[in-house]
Amino acid sequence: MTKLLEAPTTNHPPRPRRGTGPARTAPTGRGRRRPLAAALGVLTSPKYGPVTVTGLLFVAIFVIGGFRYRGFFSGQVFLNLFVDNAYLIVLAVGMTFVILTGGIDLSVGAVVALSGMIAASLLQTGWSPGVVIPLILVLTSILGLLVGLMIHVFKVQPFIATLAAMFLARGLCYVISQSSISITDPTFIQLAVSRIPLGAGLSITPSVIIALVVVGIAVWVLHGTRFGRTVYAIGGGEQSGLLMGLPVARTKVLVYVISGFCSGLAGVLFTFYTLSGYPLTAIGTELDAIAAVVIGGTLLTGGYGFVLGSVLGVLVLGVIQTIITFEGTLSSWWTKIFIGALLLVFIILQKVLTARRR
Amino acid sequence: MTQQTEPAAPAQGAPPATATAPAPVVEMRGISIGFPGVKALDAVDFRMFPGEVHSLMGENGAGKSTLIKALTGVYGIDAGTITLAGERVSFAGPAQAQAAGISTVYQEVNLLPNLSVAENIMLGREPRRFGGIDWRAMRRRSAELLAGLGLDVDPWSLLGDHSLAVQQLIAIARAIDVNAKVLILDEPTSSLDADEVAELFRVIRSLKDQGVAILFVSHFLDQVYEICDRLTVLRNGQLVGEYLVDELLRIDLVQKMIGKELTALDDLEHRAHAAVVDETDAATFVSATKLGRRGAIEPADLPIAVGEVVGLAGLLGSGRTELARLLGGIDRADTGELAIHGEHVRLRSPRQAISKRIAFSSENRRDEGIVGELTVRDNIVLALQADRGWFRPIPKKKQDELAQSYIQALNIRPGNPDALVRNLSGGNQQKVLLARWLAIAPRLLILDEPTRGIDIGAKAEIQKLVFNLAENGMSVLFISAELEEVLRLSHRVVVLRDRNVVADLENDGLTVDSLLALIADGRVASDDEALDERAPAVAVAAVGSGAGREASAPAGSVADAGPTAPTTPTTEGDRS
Repeated sequence: MTKLLEAPTTNHPPRPRRGTGPARTAPTGRGRRRPLAAALGVLTSPKYGPVTVTGLLFVAIFVIGGFRYRGFFSGQVFLNLFVDNAYLIVLAVGMTFVILTGGIDLSVGAVVALSGMIAASLLQTGWSPGVVIPLILVLTSILGLLVGLMIHVFKVQPFIATLAAMFLARGLCYVISQSSISITDPTFIQLAVSRIPLGAGLSITPSVIIALVVVGIAVWVLHGTRFGRTVYAIGGGEQSGLLMGLPVARTKVLVYVISGFCSGLAGVLFTFYTLSGYPLTAIGTELDAIAAVVIGGTLLTGGYGFVLGSVLGVLVLGVIQTIITFEGTLSSWWTKIFIGALLLVFIILQKVLTARRR
Repeated sequence: MTQQTEPAAPAQGAPPATATAPAPVVEMRGISIGFPGVKALDAVDFRMFPGEVHSLMGENGAGKSTLIKALTGVYGIDAGTITLAGERVSFAGPAQAQAAGISTVYQEVNLLPNLSVAENIMLGREPRRFGGIDWRAMRRRSAELLAGLGLDVDPWSLLGDHSLAVQQLIAIARAIDVNAKVLILDEPTSSLDADEVAELFRVIRSLKDQGVAILFVSHFLDQVYEICDRLTVLRNGQLVGEYLVDELLRIDLVQKMIGKELTALDDLEHRAHAAVVDETDAATFVSATKLGRRGAIEPADLPIAVGEVVGLAGLLGSGRTELARLLGGIDRADTGELAIHGEHVRLRSPRQAISKRIAFSSENRRDEGIVGELTVRDNIVLALQADRGWFRPIPKKKQDELAQSYIQALNIRPGNPDALVRNLSGGNQQKVLLARWLAIAPRLLILDEPTRGIDIGAKAEIQKLVFNLAENGMSVLFISAELEEVLRLSHRVVVLRDRNVVADLENDGLTVDSLLALIADGRVASDDEALDERAPAVAVAAVGSGAGREASAPAGSVADAGPTAPTTPTTEGDRS
């Protein structure tokens, strides 16, 4: 009422607002707000909403599992989520960078298989792990660089460019060998079997440490460096970022290098887990990684999301898998069905929650 | 300085005021830029003095944006020199220009809604410590800057949570953080209301006092006259001249901008009013009864007669666009009925509406109107081709004829049917859009904000066109935020408020003030409260009154450009 009455006194026909319709008068974070309203504010915020929901969901599933199954509610079950999914966490970290810029990387699963094949075949011919692992990381980073340049220089859609890289990597696996190569290198075996005790009968593997270090670095890079903020800026508006004078091109290429590096590292961690290289391995893993990132609250259009959210997304996938294992009677393929349903719910949730603001 | 003359218009140029400003901070000389098929700038001179608000005036397509982009390094220049604070410069991109002290705030706020206010101000030059961002210093610096502009905003809040007006001021905070010597504001007020404009002007004045040279580009003459000290007029990529605002009458400015007399509008008004009488007993073309849609528009009645121009007036969100979308078949009505020539119809899609010869031209020209990547010709024939069906392609020759006739009739520039529409100025894009709908020979043309963001000349041409179309028997539903425009063109005005139709009036003696009163509280205001003599800050209004003073001037060529041709290619609209 008062707002409308202002119009004639200014004697100025109201100018239409550009973009998103009526003025967005969202809370500014100051002033007295009721806790409920504050909670609602967090939930509907595109920044914190989805990741909060994921966190709550993880806790809920874990608690339900704890009530339903004997022995579920233990520290080791929780830690095993990390042990079993260390490579997926690393993949999801790389994928988070890419998706934050609004891109996508479909090649990561094939690159995991490729790095496993390279590791297995080179170790078989007697190379030292100290050379093989860095070599893999360099090679997969270079592949990422090529993909990034293809996307940037030739303006190829990330979907297509990484699809090409996926076929390339998968094909190279078969060039190396058509069948499984087992790894007998003592260092790899050592890394595969060793457990790091945490006391109270709990333990983790070296892979978990590596994965968590990667997560830590990624968090710092995304939130503490100019590069990281530019990643968010590109997702928020590439054109705006350009006009602000940000190094958009360099950053866009670099996220694919990071994703390539993470895929290589994930491949190495995966071989610690499987102790073999097999060309058909990790098919569809790229989709698991994307699912984890999306469930973890990163918007597929870019700009919003957290690495820790993606870790949470991996844990949600892991806990569903664990529940199905505990259930015993269900086929493990049910995991996929649950993940599919969950993904659907999450994407709709993101739409609904953020639509209230837009 | 004084020795600089204005080659394009030596006779008209006011002598530069050297008393207050010792040396220009920016001096561009002989700037030329060409795009394929277009000479965007032709040997233009331009300069700015520190501590001065300078306005760049011209129609859309005059070269204002191009000149700004040349200055900020977005475009390379083909010829000419740019001097900043006495030194020759040539920027490879906006980042370099910004580093040198030239910052730009664009019409569309080019900030990042997903990041915090502090980051939006500091991004790209964050304070760093130990290789990472020093968040504390960043917060402190951004809080200082916001306080300096008198903005009470939490630096950590998300940018997207603030209104556009605040975002605009935050963009300015970002711009001045680089210790700007020159601040360019490109159409900063186009989405702001009066109070927000006042706030912006307060900020501009304080920056001016700090010695910043400000380039203020706006379509609103009132605002230009309020805030600017000096202005440069461009036309068709050429310099017309540089003037002191105090020494240039508005009517003269307008004439310099469009290069022709603008008495057509006044003339139009009289004819529109005269025509009202003839329309009273005309047959009703379309009639909406209790037409409504939940959450968009309450059930409303809206009859439109053949050859009648009905204006919809109301605030944004009052339901004016929503009602139009129901008529255009864009949204489905969930209550009420629609009858065309008394025959009941249900419109489920725009396609059905088009088959009933109802065309809807959206206010969102860029996203729901033109296809930027296609040529002028393709854009014009699009609706007609869709209507014929894709298996009966319009022959190339016919397309050319069609495009050519509309280009001439609507005076679309550049008149090249192969030009990509995205390279055209806003006004010309609007004309292409109009041509597209006129090509299907509609019986009812719904125009939602057809004149928004376009220059005076194109505005006049479009208004003239609407008028001519109605005279030839087409019904028009005309929506505009500019009430003067609604009043000038409409035979009848329907006023909406809070999603309700509050009045349906013959346009006979209506005034802006009475409309505003209706919009504000749903009743006609008494005389004393309605009479506010300030002219609304609308460019056309200023032109209209200015032109009125020189009623003896011959009818301008804008009027002559009024097309009668668009209604003739009906043969092409014939369906089998």
